[in-house]
Amino acid sequence: MTRMLTAAEVEAVAFHDLHEHEHAAGGSTMLGFWIYLMSDCLIFAVLFAMYGVLGASYAGGPTPKELFDLNLVAVNTSMLLLSSITYGFAMLEARRHRVAAAQVWLAITGLFGLAFLGIELFEFHHLILEGAGPQRSAFLSSFFALVGTHGLHVSVGIIWLATLMVQVGKHGVVPANYRRLNCLSLFWHFLDVVWIGVFTIVYLLSTLR
Amino acid sequence: MSTVFGKLSFDALPFHEPILVATFVAVAIGGLAVFAAVTRYRLWGYLWREWFTSIDHKKIGIMYTVLGLVMLLRGFADAIMMRLQQAMAFNGSEGYLPAHHYDQVFTAHGVIMIFFVAMPLVTGLMNYVVPLQIGARDVAFPFLNNFSLWMTVSGALLVMTSLFVGEFARTGWLAYPPLSELQFSPDVGVDYYIWSLQIAGVGTLLSGVNLLATIIKMRAPGMTLMKMPVFTWTALCTNVLIVASFPVLTAVLALLSLDRYVGTNFFTNELGGNPMMYVNLIWIWGHPEVYILILPAFGIFSEVASTFSGKRLFGYSSMVYATVVITILSYLVWLHHFFTMGSGASVNSFFGITTMIISIPTGAKIFNWLFTMYRGRIRFELPMMWTVAFMLTFVIGGMTGVLLAVPPADFVLHNSLFLVAHFHNVIIGGVLFGLFAGINYWFPKAFGFRLDPFWGKVSFWFWVVGFWFAFAPLYVLGLMGVTRRLRYFDDPSLQIWFVIAAFGAVLIALGIGAFLVQVYVTIRRRKALADPTGDPWEGRTLEWSTSSPPPEYNFAFTPIIHDSDAWWDMKQRGYRRPTSGFKPILMPRNTGAGFILAALSTVLGFALIWHIWWLAASSVVALLVVAIHHTFNYEREFRISAEHVRTVEAAR
Amino acid sequence: MSTIDHALAHEAPHGTLREYLIGFGLSVVLTAIPFWLVMSGALASKQATGFIIMGFAVVQIVVHMIYFLHMNAKSDEGWTMVALVFTLILVVIALAGSLWIMHHLNTNMMPGMMQVP
Repeated sequence: MTRMLTAAEVEAVAFHDLHEHEHAAGGSTMLGFWIYLMSDCLIFAVLFAMYGVLGASYAGGPTPKELFDLNLVAVNTSMLLLSSITYGFAMLEARRHRVAAAQVWLAITGLFGLAFLGIELFEFHHLILEGAGPQRSAFLSSFFALVGTHGLHVSVGIIWLATLMVQVGKHGVVPANYRRLNCLSLFWHFLDVVWIGVFTIVYLLSTLR
Repeated sequence: MSTVFGKLSFDALPFHEPILVATFVAVAIGGLAVFAAVTRYRLWGYLWREWFTSIDHKKIGIMYTVLGLVMLLRGFADAIMMRLQQAMAFNGSEGYLPAHHYDQVFTAHGVIMIFFVAMPLVTGLMNYVVPLQIGARDVAFPFLNNFSLWMTVSGALLVMTSLFVGEFARTGWLAYPPLSELQFSPDVGVDYYIWSLQIAGVGTLLSGVNLLATIIKMRAPGMTLMKMPVFTWTALCTNVLIVASFPVLTAVLALLSLDRYVGTNFFTNELGGNPMMYVNLIWIWGHPEVYILILPAFGIFSEVASTFSGKRLFGYSSMVYATVVITILSYLVWLHHFFTMGSGASVNSFFGITTMIISIPTGAKIFNWLFTMYRGRIRFELPMMWTVAFMLTFVIGGMTGVLLAVPPADFVLHNSLFLVAHFHNVIIGGVLFGLFAGINYWFPKAFGFRLDPFWGKVSFWFWVVGFWFAFAPLYVLGLMGVTRRLRYFDDPSLQIWFVIAAFGAVLIALGIGAFLVQVYVTIRRRKALADPTGDPWEGRTLEWSTSSPPPEYNFAFTPIIHDSDAWWDMKQRGYRRPTSGFKPILMPRNTGAGFILAALSTVLGFALIWHIWWLAASSVVALLVVAIHHTFNYEREFRISAEHVRTVEAAR
Repeated sequence: MSTIDHALAHEAPHGTLREYLIGFGLSVVLTAIPFWLVMSGALASKQATGFIIMGFAVVQIVVHMIYFLHMNAKSDEGWTMVALVFTLILVVIALAGSLWIMHHLNTNMMPGMMQVP
């Protein structure tokens, strides 16, 4: 056994933090949310894999070339991209505690998001009316699953946005709300990243085939 | 079919199945007895305030463990039923279980054992131990922890409900299409399967995020990654696997539910669907899942081997690297579960080779445990006994796994009883033995007294001997070509093996019974078995520096770490526990929101299963409202006064 | 420093106006070109078009990561980067593996492919 430490040496080696500061809550929130986002990424990866494997199974039904209106998709894409930058502006204002300005930009972001959803629902409705609903073929099933799941995430994001606007209106940009705004920021931009994959692989590449 | 009740009607109640009626009567009587006892002793308030709404990782860990042990009884009942049926069904006898029932039994057995026994037990132990081992006061997201627990309970509740209302899936535990599609499983069984797993899966995924963030961000100062206890390392890798694999399960089950509810064609035979894609995706989840089960057990064995040999763990770094390598490689082997489906030689050889490679780091771990024991002063307390039993049992199971990894061999053995013997060998010999080691090891920490050793040893011997009697015959039968999941057999020469296996199951039943007796006797003898010091085993890691049980705040002062085996280091260097200078401690408040959200999820699941659309829609709305309402609560913490801390610490 | 500023000082990486505008500008360009390539059919080779727009997608994702998500190797002691890289590796394994396996299954197991000895 090693020799016992002298009293002085015991004093010198600290085993307990006797002067600990109280931690502000939420120090792990951003990492935790990022990890959750990575798991969400994997859900989308599965949906992309489904589309990759089944995307050409038309079952004698309508094909992407016949169905996709790329002009509409371009408009939709810009709605989402614009919403990303307006959210960025909202964050900049929030950081400087300019609550009213932040709220305005958040509202605009929400409107762009709603526009995106509206156009997407219009597209889905049109497809279903044309007999190209999710039941028609495996290609259409995977199309609706992938694009629909993305749309569902955007819907959740909008509900979250509205809730946060109420909470920021009530409490201002307190640390808890700033954390929440940051998390929603990650979520919102992540959805735009997924959309890049969607418009490239689903709309553009499928039309090329 | 009605608007108010969906598909639900009195036909859903199994009045015509005597076994189920008897089971229901027993459960009802037992349930009423518990209900009456809790009411008589006025414990509802206590249970709600101190346990159900608790966000304390220790209490949540205990509740997970209780859930796992209760579900073990259900899952084992299914096992006994199968062994009995298979031992009987020869010479023209069809046994006592019709196919309709038997198929549900083997499906439920698998689903329950994996999702509602092994996962909760593993999660429970990680929840209890990891924050204590890293010197933290709780996990990173205590409310989410409570929510995860109740979502798991919700899933278990739905599975149990399927016993008495409707039926369960008849597809096997992974519910392959096309059998699990609406065309071939038109009843609610597969829907029970889908929704109970989806709900429990949310809980598991969030638990993974929680523990990952905890281990990464909340370690005590000085505890670098390479100074963490090995159990925490395995917990880290396990939770990486959880976060990285459960989303795949969620997505696949969602797609199956779309096929069943909306009529999409992901996994159908017609209109372009591809059932093999389900098999492919579900095993991308399924293989990491078994490593989620075994890695914490490996961590437990590392802690136990070193503590009860009185020696530092041999080869700490190689243990860590082996764990990380296993974690990564577990993503590269999944096709070995369907070698026989025709992907061809190139694909099969790739996955066969990766499967063989993954056995190497596991082998390295076995050697490290042996070298830890070598020249140690070994104390054969129960945890150590389970560890030795594991080493002898699991290694055989691992070797049969390497045999199955050879594609040509697998072509003969796939879906035979050899396979069934293999995975029970590694799960029981590895996971279950590890869990029993862990439960016996950490029980005194959680409750302040050790588990009764005598009945523990009785349980141990019945389990170990029983396991071999139950599963060695299955290896023989598998090599002779007997397929799994069969209900009756034409070849009378096979019967003796099934009878031996049934005998083994009886021994295991006695082992489980002995465990229940152990718990009862322990409570009766708790004063004699008390652990007054907090360190009954001469432990080496930080959890043993706290009292048994630890105070709600775990540590009055956050420890400062200098070496791995931090508590051992502190003891060696003559540390002294501070008895003054305490500060108030900020702690999270209890909340009922997790319980309520999970309860609403149970209602939602039930409504979706029975196609009660108005109820499903209202539950979704209610869930949203409750969740959003919860986010409006900004007062989530309270302070434990310095005075209170001083009182608690003085009582040690 | 006030409590709020103290908390903010420890918080997540954030952007500046300049970064958001650069990111936006790049994204617009990186979106417009692929749409134009496909809709106009400017390149004769469909395969080349396909590869180019995939490349643009990857670049735009990186742009989003840097300018919108403020991805860097230092946040949370590098753990966000580790998590991202690990996830990407798994996504590649799952996608590539699935495509490889399913292609082989479909080829070998389609009717008419049965090799009768």
